[in-house]
Amino acid sequence: MKWFGRRETHQSARTAEGGRIDRSRTVRFTFDGAQFTGHPGDSLASALLAHGVHLMGRSFKYHRPRGVLAAGSEESNALVHVDRGGGRETPNLRATQVEIYEGLNARSQNRHPSLAFDLGSAAGLMSRFLPAGFYYKTFMWPASFWRRVYEPAIRAAAGLGVAPMDADPDRYLRRYAHCETLVIGAGPAGVAAALDAAAVGGRVILCDEQAELGGSLLSEPHAVIDGLAGAEWLAGALSDLARHPNVTLLPRCTAFGWYPDNMVGLAERVTDHLATPGVHQPRERLWQVRAGAVVIAAGAHERPLVFPDNDRPGIMLAGAARAYLNRYGVRPGQRAVIVTACDSAYACALDLHRAGVMIAAIADIRADVTGPAVEAVRAAGLLVRTGVSITGSTGHLRVTGALFGTEWVACDTILMSGGWTPSLHMHSQSRGKIRFDGANFLPEAMAGQQSVGSCAGVFDLTGSLPGRVVSGVIAPRGGFAGLVPGAKAKRAFVDFQNDVTAKDLLLATREGFRSIEHVKRYTTTGMATDQGKTSNLNALAIVADQLGTAIPHVGLTTFRPPYTPVTFGTIAGTSRGALFDPERRAPMHDWAVSRGAVFEDVGTWKRAHCFPAPGEVMHETLARECRAVRTEAGIFDASTLGKIEVVGPDAAEFLNRLYTNAWLTLGVGRCRYGLMLSEAGFVMDDGVVGRIAEDRFHVTTTTGGAPRVLNHMEDYLQTEFPELRVWLTSTTEQWATIAVQGPRARDILAPHVTGIDLAHAAFPHMSVREGRICGVPTRLFRVSFTGELGFEINVPADYGPAVWRALMASGHLTPYGTETMHVLRAEKGFVIVGQETDGTVTPDDLGLCRMIARSKRDFVGKRSLRRPDMLVANRKQLVGLLTDDPSTVLEEGAQIVEDPGQPVPMRMIGHVTSSYPSATLGHSIALALVEAGRSRMGTVLHVPMPERMIAVRVVEPVFYDKAGARLDG
Amino acid sequence: MLIIPCPYCGARPENEFRYAGEAHIARPADPEALSDAAWADFLYMRTNPKGRHAERWRHVHGCGRFFNCVRDTVTDRIERTYPAGTAP
Ligand SMILES: [Zn+2]
Repeated sequence: MKWFGRRETHQSARTAEGGRIDRSRTVRFTFDGAQFTGHPGDSLASALLAHGVHLMGRSFKYHRPRGVLAAGSEESNALVHVDRGGGRETPNLRATQVEIYEGLNARSQNRHPSLAFDLGSAAGLMSRFLPAGFYYKTFMWPASFWRRVYEPAIRAAAGLGVAPMDADPDRYLRRYAHCETLVIGAGPAGVAAALDAAAVGGRVILCDEQAELGGSLLSEPHAVIDGLAGAEWLAGALSDLARHPNVTLLPRCTAFGWYPDNMVGLAERVTDHLATPGVHQPRERLWQVRAGAVVIAAGAHERPLVFPDNDRPGIMLAGAARAYLNRYGVRPGQRAVIVTACDSAYACALDLHRAGVMIAAIADIRADVTGPAVEAVRAAGLLVRTGVSITGSTGHLRVTGALFGTEWVACDTILMSGGWTPSLHMHSQSRGKIRFDGANFLPEAMAGQQSVGSCAGVFDLTGSLPGRVVSGVIAPRGGFAGLVPGAKAKRAFVDFQNDVTAKDLLLATREGFRSIEHVKRYTTTGMATDQGKTSNLNALAIVADQLGTAIPHVGLTTFRPPYTPVTFGTIAGTSRGALFDPERRAPMHDWAVSRGAVFEDVGTWKRAHCFPAPGEVMHETLARECRAVRTEAGIFDASTLGKIEVVGPDAAEFLNRLYTNAWLTLGVGRCRYGLMLSEAGFVMDDGVVGRIAEDRFHVTTTTGGAPRVLNHMEDYLQTEFPELRVWLTSTTEQWATIAVQGPRARDILAPHVTGIDLAHAAFPHMSVREGRICGVPTRLFRVSFTGELGFEINVPADYGPAVWRALMASGHLTPYGTETMHVLRAEKGFVIVGQETDGTVTPDDLGLCRMIARSKRDFVGKRSLRRPDMLVANRKQLVGLLTDDPSTVLEEGAQIVEDPGQPVPMRMIGHVTSSYPSATLGHSIALALVEAGRSRMGTVLHVPMPERMIAVRVVEPVFYDKAGARLDG
Repeated sequence: MLIIPCPYCGARPENEFRYAGEAHIARPADPEALSDAAWADFLYMRTNPKGRHAERWRHVHGCGRFFNCVRDTVTDRIERTYPAGTAP
C-alpha cells in the first residue's frame, strides 16, 4: 500500500533533452482528478510516464493493477475514459493514442473505488470464479442462480469502461475518395512506397493512425538514410509528398476495415486532440476509399514474454520503452531489467544506458547470441546473460524485482521482447493468403495489394527502404513465442486485455480443444478489442507446444474489422435522428398536423392514426370517427397506398399472369380487387386495380408493399415474360388519394365533381371515371374499404391539400385516421395483408377462393395451390372471434387453444390477428387464424393470458352488414 | 463493397444493386403439367455451390434491370455479368 495516494508532481522521468515533443510549451491535464503536465507531442501515456506513473488501469477480469505495455495502438492495458465536456465522453481509449491538450480530462476504468485500491482485486477474489470457459460452464448452472447471483456480480466486476448515457452531441462526416494507390501506414516502408507511387503518377493517399507520420523512424535516432539522419530524411520525404498535388496525407487516420474490391474504410480523428475544436469541424470523418492498388505498410507488433506476473506496472515492451525514451524523452524507470529473445532489445538497452538508466540485468533466452547487437552492448560494459529465462516478478502497484529461478534482481521496470509479429490484419481482412516461415505468419502477395516492410516480415530498415543506403540501426534478429522455458503457467499472461493466462490455454487443451478457433472462443484469448495484436502468436505457440504439433497445424484465427475500435458516430455519420431513416409524409400531412392528429409509423410513412377533438380520450375519438362514417361520411388520407401505372398493349395479359383474378374481361372504367400471390402460392399483396383504358391500368398496392410489388412485377416482366409489351411506373408519390366514405359521400362530392355522372346506375360500385373535382383532373374510384358507399379521389399530389380543404368546407365530413379505418374494415371482415397474413397464408385460408379465376390455366402461384400441404384439412383459416364479455378486447397476437385444462406447454391452434372494440356493434370483435377454423363455427375456444383464460366463440369473420346492402348508400 | 459491372450501365458499387437469387431457373412453361415433386424442386431447390455461382442481380438504384452474374462464393470475385435470358 505504500503507493496508495502517491502522485509525482513533476516530470521526474523526463530527460533533459531530445525527443519530438515541444519542450517550449507546457500543457496541463488531469488524470483521475490529479493535475499533470506534459508537452505538445506527448501521448497521455508518455506524459504520465514522465511523472513516473505506470499504473494506468485495472485488468478486465481480475482487476490486477496494470501499467502501460506498449506505445501504440496495440496497447491492451492502459484504457482510459476521456471526458471532453458537454456530454462528450469516450470510454476505452488507449492512453498511448490519446494526445494531450490543455485541459484534457481523463480517468482510469474498471476500478472500484480507485486505481490504487480496488476491492475486486482483493486476494485475487475473482480469479477463483473465472477460469477458462467460465461463461460456458456457468451457463450450465441453474438458470435462476445465473440470473440472480452470477450475472449481476460478474457484470459489475468485469468489463471495460462505462458507456455514456446521453446522446452524442458531436458531428460526424463521411466522404468517398478514389485513388490509384492507397498506402496504409506511414512508417519508413509506407513513406517510401508513397514516394514511389507518386513518382509513377496517379492519386496517392497515405494514411497513418498516429498524429505524426513516420512510424518506427520517430523512435529511431541512429538511422542514417542516404547520408541523412533518419529524422532529416523523413522530414524531406514528407515535405516532398505534401507538396505533390496528387498526394493526400492523412495523419490520425486508421485504416480499420477492408471490404471487397479494394474498398478500405478509414476513420479520421479530426478534433479529439484539440483543446478548442473549430465550430465547423466534425469530430471524426469516415473515408470510404476505393483504391486501384493498396500497399499495406502496417508494421509489426512486439511480443511480450509469457512468464508469471508478467503484467505488473513497470513491465513493458522493450520497443515501447525505446519509443518513450527516444520519441517522448521519458525514461521508463531508473533501474531496468531487460529480458529478451530478440536483438532489438539490445538497441533499447544501449539507448537507456546512454540516457542514464541503470541496466540491472540483461537476460536472453537464446543460449547462443552473437552479432553486432550483443557485441555493441558488451562493448558498452553491460553484462549479457544468455540461455537465461525470467521466471517471475515481484511488486504490486509497481514492479520491484525480477526473478530468475531463485535469484531476485531489484528493478523498477522490466523491459521484454519476444521478437516481432507482422501485422496481418489488413492482409487477412482482404482474404489474402498467409504462409508460415517457421517463426512468423507472413502475407502472400496478391493482385491489387501488397505488403511491404515489417508487416511482410522485412524487419530491418534496409529491406524496408529498397534502393536507399541505410546504416546505424540494429536489425531485430531472433524471437520467441510461447511460455518461456522453465516458467510456470499460472498468472503468466498471454492476452493482457482479456486476462487470459498460459494456464487457461493449457486447461483448454486438456479439456479437448484442438483448433485455435475453439480455444479462442473457450478462453476468449485474442477476442478483446485489441484483437490479440500482442498475444495471438504466443497463444498459438503454447497450444501447439502442448499438443506436440507445429503452429500452422493449430491454425491462425481470422482477423476482422475494425483494426482498432471505431466509434458508432463515425459509422453512422449524418445518418442519425431525422436523417437516420427519412420519414415520408402524405400530401395532406400538414393539414393533419394542424388538426392535432396523432400519427403512427407505417413503414417509413407518417400516417394520421386518429384526430382527437379537445377533451376526448382515445376510445371516444375512435367511436366518434366510426359513427361519423357509418351515419354520415368520413374523409381519410389514403395517399400512402402504393400505386403503379401498368401500360402497354399486353397490360391486361400481364396482370392476368400476376394476379389470381381474371383481367382480360374487365371493362374500361371498371375496377377489381386483385390478389397477388408469390410463386409459392402465399398471399403477397392485394389492392384495387382500375382499367383506365384498353392498355392502361391504375394498380394500387398496400402501403408497405409498393416497392416489393413493383420489384416482383419487374422481375416477371423482365425475366419470365419479356415478350409482353408492358411498362411499369411507380406513381405512389404522384397521386394524392382522398377516401370519402359514408352514406352521404355522394351528396358531399356531387357539387365539386364535373364530367362524371355520380348516379349509381352510371357509376356503380367498383368503377373508375376520369373527370374533374374542384376543377382539377381526377381519377375517381367508387370503392369501399369500410362497407359504406365510398369514393377514392385521386388528384395530382400537389392539388391534394386544396381538394381536401374544399371538401372539408362542406361541413359534413369527419376526418378519420388509420385506427378507425382498421376498425371499420374489421367489422366487414376485410383482411389487411401483413396483419391477417404472414407469408404462409393462402387465398383459401382467408376464405378468398372466389378470387381464384378457375378459367385461367396459369398465374404466378397457381400451381403451388395444389401442393399437398396447401390442401390439408387443418390449415389455419380466417374466422371471427367474440368474447362473452362485450368489453373484453383480446390482444392481437394472443395464442388460441382448444382445451384450457391441458398441461403447459399447451398445443396452440391459432392466433388473434386483429382485435378492436366496435362502437357500432357495441361489443369487441376479433379476427383470427385457427386450424380448420371454418369447421369450428359456434364452438368455444380459449385464449390463455398471463392473468386469466378468456373463452371465445368462433363466428363468421363478417360482423356488420353481411349482405353488403350499405355499399350503395 | 463489391464493384458490380451492370451490363447496361457499367461498373457500379454494390449498394446500387439487390441480389435476386440463383440464375437460370426458368419458370416452367406449363406448371400444371409438373408433378408436385418437380414443382417443389423448381420452387425451393438451389445449388448453393462453394465456388462459381450463376446468380441474378438487379440494378435497383440504377437502370432497374435484372441481369445475370457469375460470382465465386469463396473469393467474392465476379467473373462476368450478362443480360437476363442469355446463356452463361
Ligand atoms: Zn444498370
